[in-house]
Amino acid sequence: MTTQMVGKPIQRVEDKDLLTGKGSFTDDIKLPGTLHVAFVRAPFAHARITGIDLDAARELPGVHLVMAAADLPAPAKGKRILLQVPNPAIVDPITQEPLVSERVAFAGEAVAVVVADSRAIAEDAAEMVMVDYDPLPTVANLAQATAPGADKVHPHLADNVAARIHVGYGDIESAFRDAAHTVSVTLDQHRGTGNPMEGRAVLSAPNALDGGITVWSATQAPHILRRALVDMLEMAETDIRVIAPDVGGGFGPKVQAYPEEFVIPICAQMLGVPVKWIEDRREHLLCTVQERDQTWSVEMALDAEGKLLGVRGRMRHDQGAYLPWGVIAPYISTVTMPGPYVLPAYDLETQVMFTNKVPTAPLRGAGRPQAVFAMERLFDLAADRMGLDRADLRRRNLIPAEAMPYSVGLIFRDGQPLIYDSGDYPRCQQIAEEKSGWADFPARREAALREGRYIGLGIANYVEGTGLGPFEGATTQVLPSGRILIKTGAAGQGQGNRTVYAQVAAEAFNVDISQVDVELGDTGKIPIGVGAFASRLMVNAGSAINVSAGTVVTKMKKIAAAAFEVSEDDLELVDGTVRVTGDQGPSLTFGEMAQMASGMPGYVLPGGQEPGLFATHYFSPPQAAYANGSHAVEVEVDPETGIVRIARYIVVHDCGRMVNPLLVEGQIQGGLAHGIGNAFLEKMRYDDDANPVTTTLADYLLPDADNVPTAEIYHVESPAPHNPLGVKGAGEGGTIPAAAAVVSAVEDALRPFGVQIDEAPILPERICELIDAARQNTQEAS
Amino acid sequence: MTTKSISLTVNGKTVEQEVEPRTHLADFLRHGIGLTGTHLGCEHGVCGACTVLVDGQAVRSCLMLAVQADGAEVVTVEGLAPETGGDDGLSPIQAAFREFHGLQCGYCTPGFLTSLTQLLMENPDIGEEDLRKELSGNLCRCTGYAGIVRAALAAAQAYKEAAASGMGGSR
Repeated sequence: MTTQMVGKPIQRVEDKDLLTGKGSFTDDIKLPGTLHVAFVRAPFAHARITGIDLDAARELPGVHLVMAAADLPAPAKGKRILLQVPNPAIVDPITQEPLVSERVAFAGEAVAVVVADSRAIAEDAAEMVMVDYDPLPTVANLAQATAPGADKVHPHLADNVAARIHVGYGDIESAFRDAAHTVSVTLDQHRGTGNPMEGRAVLSAPNALDGGITVWSATQAPHILRRALVDMLEMAETDIRVIAPDVGGGFGPKVQAYPEEFVIPICAQMLGVPVKWIEDRREHLLCTVQERDQTWSVEMALDAEGKLLGVRGRMRHDQGAYLPWGVIAPYISTVTMPGPYVLPAYDLETQVMFTNKVPTAPLRGAGRPQAVFAMERLFDLAADRMGLDRADLRRRNLIPAEAMPYSVGLIFRDGQPLIYDSGDYPRCQQIAEEKSGWADFPARREAALREGRYIGLGIANYVEGTGLGPFEGATTQVLPSGRILIKTGAAGQGQGNRTVYAQVAAEAFNVDISQVDVELGDTGKIPIGVGAFASRLMVNAGSAINVSAGTVVTKMKKIAAAAFEVSEDDLELVDGTVRVTGDQGPSLTFGEMAQMASGMPGYVLPGGQEPGLFATHYFSPPQAAYANGSHAVEVEVDPETGIVRIARYIVVHDCGRMVNPLLVEGQIQGGLAHGIGNAFLEKMRYDDDANPVTTTLADYLLPDADNVPTAEIYHVESPAPHNPLGVKGAGEGGTIPAAAAVVSAVEDALRPFGVQIDEAPILPERICELIDAARQNTQEAS
Repeated sequence: MTTKSISLTVNGKTVEQEVEPRTHLADFLRHGIGLTGTHLGCEHGVCGACTVLVDGQAVRSCLMLAVQADGAEVVTVEGLAPETGGDDGLSPIQAAFREFHGLQCGYCTPGFLTSLTQLLMENPDIGEEDLRKELSGNLCRCTGYAGIVRAALAAAQAYKEAAASGMGGSR
C-alpha cells in the first residue's frame, strides 16, 4: 500500500519560484536601511603595505565607514580565519585575515572596506583609498616555488612547502624490479575555477533586541561559517544565526569561510544597520578559491601479461597563498590514484607548495580528476607501448565484482581505511565499450582518416569516495496541520535537495511530496550541521531524514495502537491518517495525532511515549560510500585549428540506489560540462608576476550549449551497504574522469601524427603546437 | 548626482521614476522597482543571466542604461507567463524547463527563459544544432544544457501553435 517515492523521476518542488522570478537569493533580500560595500583590493601578488590613507574616501558624501585592518575592532583585530580541517601534514596552517594588515600574498586580497549608501558610491570611495605598497618577489607557479633558492611566499617559513604527504603500501621496489614493462610520464594539470553563476554574497543585520547578529550568505555550509564567526567574533553560538537562502551554484568554492564573511558582519555591528556585499565576476576570478594545479611525475610497472605491479612517483600541488580548507584536495588526489584497479604496490610522495595566487580548495571533483587523469594517462601510454588495446589493458586490471568489499590499503580522508563498499567495475566498463562501439572503432577511425577526418575514442574509469561524514542531522515533525516538516542544516545550491528530502520523508509517511515542507540551511533551525561538499548530503542528510521519519512513524503507530486497542502491526498510514489496516476500524489524521501528542488536556500519551510528534537523528556513516563509473567519448579534432568537437559522450554511472533519476542525470550532465571545461576550455592565466589576466568571462571560457553534448547515460545501481537508503553521492562523478576521457580521445584522433598529450586542459593552440612538434620530429627522423 | 526622469512599461505596467544616468537597466529593475527575478552574473555582457525583453528583443540589461529604456516596453521573467496562464501560471517554456529539468540553481534561468521566449516566438522550427548556437550567449554552470535544450525543443511546438493562431502576444 506504500506509495513509492524514492527512485522516481519526480519534478522538483523548487522550480516554480525559480522559473517565475520569485527565488530569494542573497541580493534579493531587501532589508530597510541596508548599506552597501566595496572592497579595496591589492593590485600586487606579493607586497608589503607601507601606508594607507582613508581620509579622502571617508569624506565622500554617502560614505558611512571606511576601514583598514588597523581599524578592525577587537576581538577580530589581528586574527586569522579559523582552519576547520587541520592535518598534521601541514607545516604552518596559515589562513587569511579579514583585512590584510601588513603583507598581501595574492592579487585581489582585501586591504580596506568601504560602506556607503549604494554600491556605486562605495566603489567611487574605494577608488579614493590610497595604499602604498612595497612590492616583494613573487612565486607564480610550481616551477618557481620548487626552484633551488626560490623566493618565499611566506618569509617566516623555511621554504614554500605547505605540507608533505606520503602514502603507499606494498613492496614498490620489487614491483619495479620484477616488471616486464614500465612507463613514466610527467603531467601538468591546470587550476580552473568554480564560477557559479551567482558569485559569493553576504548580508548581515544586527539584532537590536539581543545583541546578536544574522548573516545571510551564499554559502554551502552555514554551520561551518557560524563556527568560524564564533571563533572570530568571540560571540555565543546562540547569538549568531547563519542562513543560506537560495544559492546560485557552489561547486566547492562556497564551502570555506572567506574574509568578506567576517568583514560584513563586523561592519553591520559597528554601524547598527544591515550591510550587504555582492561579489562581482572580477572579484570571483580574483579572490574565490580555485583548484587543480598539480604536476604529477609517475611511473607504472606491469608484468608480461599487462597486470599492474605498482605505481610510484611524485606529485606537486600548487596551493596558492593560504590553506583555507587545509590539504583536503591534494590528500584526496593521493588516495584516488589506485582507482578501480588491482594495484599491488603504490608509493606517492606529495608536496603541497605555496604560491602567490588565490588559494586552492576543493572544486567539483576535489583532487580526484587529477589522480584519475594521471592513472588513465599511464594506462593509455602502457597500452600503446605494449601494443595492447587501451580498454583491454584496463579490463585485465579491474577489481572484480566478487572482490567487494575491497580494501585498497590506504586511509581515506575521513580517517577510515579506504574500503570500496560495493560496485561492479568490469560491468561498467563493459557497458561503456558496448555503447561506444569500442571494438569497431579502429575501423571507423581508419575510414574517417581516408576522408581526411581525425576522429578518436577515449575511455576513463574512476572510483569516488562520496557521502563522507562526520554526520548530518535532520528533524522530522508532524505539524498540527497534518503536514510533515523536515528541518536540516544541509542545504543545496541547486541540486534539488528539497525535492529528494521530501521524497524520502513522503515515502516514510506514505504521502505525496506536496504534503512535506523542507527547511534548509539555517543554523536557527537545527543546532549542528556540516555542509554541502564531498557529494555527502543524500547519504548523510537523506539517511538522517529516513531514520528520524521512521522514528516518528513508529511513535504514531504506538499512540494509535493504544487509542484503538489494536496491535501496531495492524496499522497502516494512508492518506494522511493512521488507521487499522484495510480501513477495518477507526482512524486518526496526522493532524489529530500531532495535537494529541503536543499536549491536549485530558489526553494522556500511552506509557513510555514522550510528548511531541517529532524526532531528530544525526546520521554518521561508518565510512565513505564509493561511487564509480566509466566514461567513453568520441571526438573529432581539426588538426589545422586544434578545435575539438565532441561527437558522442557515454557515461556509465553507479551511485548506488537513485532517489530521483531525473536529478541524478542532471548532476551527471552538469558535472560533465565542468569536466569538459577542464578538458579543453578553462584556463586561469597568470603572468610571470602572478597577476591574474583572465578576469572576465570573455577571457576565461566556460562551456556553453554549443560545446557540451547531451550525454548518453547508463545507470548501474550497486546499493551502498552502510546507509539505510543504499545511496552514494552523485554530484561529482560527471566531472571526475571527463578530462582523462576527452584527452584520451583527442590523442587517439591524432594517432597519425604520433602526438602524446601530457596536460589538461588541452587548448587548441597546444594541439597545433604538439602536431607541429610531432611533424618536426618525423621530418628530422627521416 | 543628478537624476533623470524616465517612463517605461515593465511587464505591462507603466513605471515612472528618477534614475541616475549611470544606473544600468538591470540594477534599475532589481533595486529601483524590486523586480529581483532578473539576475546579474557577470556585468560585462557575456553570461546572459540578466537578459530581458526590450520592445520584444532579448537584451542584456547589464549593458543597457536605465535611461536608454525610457519609453520602451520591457518584459522580465516575472512577466513571461500570460495572465490567462497555462497550468500553474507558467508559460510554455517555463513549464518545459520544469518538466525536462532545465534548471538547477535557477540563477541563470531567467536569462535563458527570456532569450528563448524571443527565439521560439520568432523561430519555433529551429533545430537542435542552431538552437545550441543561439543558446551559446547564455551560460549555465549547473545543468550542462541538456535539459535546457530538451525543454526548448519541446516548448517550440506551443509557440508554433500560438503563432499559427495569431496569438503572437502569448509568451
